[in-house]
Amino acid sequence: MTGAGTPIPVMIDVDGLDALIAALAAEGREVLGPVRRDGALVFEPIGAAGELPRGWVDEQSGGHYRLKKEGTAFFGATNGPQGIKRILHTPHQRLWRTEGSGDATEIIPEPLDDTRRAVIGARACDLAAMAVQDRVLMEGTYGDPHYAARRGSLFVVAVNCTRAADTCFCASMNTGPKATAGYDIALTELEGGRFLAVSGSDAGAAMLSGLPSAPASAAEEAQAEEAIEGARDQQRRIDTDGLPQILKTRPDHPRWSEVASRCLNCANCTMVCPTCFCTTVEEVSSLEGPETERVARWASCFTVDFSHIHGGAVRAGAKSRYRQWLTHKLGTWVDQFGELGCVGCGRCISWCPVGIDITEEAAALRREEG
Amino acid sequence: MSARPRLAVWKFSSCDGCQLSLLDCEDEVLAVANAIEIAYFPEATRRDDDGGHYDISFVEGSVTTPHEAEMIKDIRARSTTLITLGACATSGGIQALKNGADVGGFIDAVYAHPEFITTLDTATPISDHVKVDFELRGCPISKKDLIELISATLAGRTPQTPAHAACIECKLAGHVCVMVAEGKPCLGPVTHAGCGALCPGFARGCYGCFGPKETPNTAALAAQLAANGADKRAIRRLFSTYNTNAPAFREEAKAHE
Repeated sequence: MTGAGTPIPVMIDVDGLDALIAALAAEGREVLGPVRRDGALVFEPIGAAGELPRGWVDEQSGGHYRLKKEGTAFFGATNGPQGIKRILHTPHQRLWRTEGSGDATEIIPEPLDDTRRAVIGARACDLAAMAVQDRVLMEGTYGDPHYAARRGSLFVVAVNCTRAADTCFCASMNTGPKATAGYDIALTELEGGRFLAVSGSDAGAAMLSGLPSAPASAAEEAQAEEAIEGARDQQRRIDTDGLPQILKTRPDHPRWSEVASRCLNCANCTMVCPTCFCTTVEEVSSLEGPETERVARWASCFTVDFSHIHGGAVRAGAKSRYRQWLTHKLGTWVDQFGELGCVGCGRCISWCPVGIDITEEAAALRREEG
Repeated sequence: MSARPRLAVWKFSSCDGCQLSLLDCEDEVLAVANAIEIAYFPEATRRDDDGGHYDISFVEGSVTTPHEAEMIKDIRARSTTLITLGACATSGGIQALKNGADVGGFIDAVYAHPEFITTLDTATPISDHVKVDFELRGCPISKKDLIELISATLAGRTPQTPAHAACIECKLAGHVCVMVAEGKPCLGPVTHAGCGALCPGFARGCYGCFGPKETPNTAALAAQLAANGADKRAIRRLFSTYNTNAPAFREEAKAHE
C-alpha cells in the first residue's frame, strides 16, 4: 500500500462496478474477470459487470467441481481451475529466435509484452500466490523480464471472499480470506449488489475517486468484516507448525508409497497450483532454413523428463515425484524462499482427477510412522 | 547430409490416415519436399519402390498378415532410420482387438469367400518384428508432431514429443477438466501427450488415441472412473480402442473382465 495512506472505504454499486471496468478499459487495459466457461470459472476479457457469474456458486471436493445456481452474488463462486497465474506467468513464452545462419546468426530476444491488463476478482489466495511468484520470478539474479513486464503493468481489483469452498484452507495458511496486500482496489461484496471498496495503492485511490461512490458507514464496514469472517470457517486446514522439518526428515514414511498407489502422476496439481513456477525450454527449428526459436513452457516435477539426467530419471516413479512436490511445497520452499509454497487455495485437491488431498497427506505424514 | 535424404513411406495394416497427415501438412509440405527426397510414397506419387536403400523409412500400420511379417524385415534391412507412424504401427491398432479372439469365426462371418483370406491370428506393432528407431504416437498422428519429427531428424536431434500426460497439454491450453467439472470418463491422465488435448477442447473425454503415457497408473484411474459411475464393461471398452494392445491398456482392460 504505497503512499495510499489510510484507505477510506467507500461504497459502490453495480453501476460503479461497470464504471470501474469502463475506466480501466479507457486506460487502454485489457480487463479480465471471472466468467463461466465449460462448467467452471476462468479469467477472460470482460466489458461489463453483467458478464460476471452472478448467482452462481462453486461446489468443490476432491476430484470434483461444479457450479450451481445459488443466491445473487456477483462473486459468490470462489475460484476456478486456474487463477491469475496464467495471465502473468504464461503457459508458453518465446524467449528468442534467430535470424541468419553460420557466423551471421543473430539472436533476437522476444520483445516484452506491453499489453496493460487489469484483473477483477483476484482472491486473497491468488494475491498471496502472486507475491510468492514475484519473489521467485523477479527477485535475485535470474529474474524473468517477461513476468516482470506483465506484473508491472497489472492493475489488481481484489475481491475478499465472503464464502469458502469445501476445499479452501487459506485461513490455516494465513493467506486469506481477506486480501491484505498486492491489490490496487479491494472489494467486499455485500447483499444487493453493493461493494465496499478500499484502495491499496495510489493508482487504486485515483481510480476509486473517479467512480460514483458514497462514503461507507460504520455499519457497512462491520457487515463487510462479518462477511469475510464467515469465510474463515473452513473445513480443511494444514497444521504448518514444524511441518518443513517433519517432511524433510521422513523420506521413508509409508504414506509416500500409499499416496503413490493413488497418484496418476498426471501433473494436474502442478498445472493448477498458483505458485508452481517451473518451466522447461523447447527449441523449435524450421524445416526450410536455419532459423530456430526457443520457447519456455510450464514444466512439472511429475514428469520423467523433469529429473532426467545422464543415465535416466532421478525420480523414476510416483512415490519420489509426489514426495518431491509436497516436500518442496510445504518444506524446502522455506529454505529456498523464506516462506511456504502453498497458499491454501485448494485447487490441487479439486482438480486432481482422483482427489488426492494435500491437507490429508500433510496430516498423515505428520503422524508418526507405523 | 549433403544430398537430400531419401524417404520411403510404407503401408501395413492401417487406414492410411497417418501417412495422409504428411499430405495434410499443406503449408509445410513443399518445405518437406525440398528438404527430403520423397522416393517412395504410393499415396502421393506413382514412383515404384526401386529396391534401393532409404535414409528414412516411415512405417504405418501393424503386422497382420504373413506377407507383412516378411516385408518388414526387408524394409528394415534397406533403411538407415526406421520410424513408425501412429497407433497401428506402434501398438497394433484397433485391429489388435482380434488378438486372443476367434479370428476364424470373424473371417467366416465377414467374408463370402473365407478361403481367399490369409491372415495372422494377431495384429502386432512393428517393434515386435524389427528394431524401431523412433515411434510417433497417435490415431492419427498429429501434424505438429510429424513436422517436429522431420525437422528433428534432419537436424540430427531428438524430436520433442513428450511422453507425459495429455493433461499437461489440456491445462496449457486452458481447457476445463471434463472429468472433474462434468464427471466424464477421460483417459487423459494415463495418455501420452501429442494431440494438443483435442477432445477435452470439445468437451469430450480423452479416448487414449496416443496410447499409454510414461509411468501410467491405469489402476488408479480405473478406480476413479468406477467411483464416477462407470461399470466394468465401460472401463474395459475405454481401454480397448486404438491402443488396445499397448501393454498398460491391455492389462487394465483385462482387469475389468
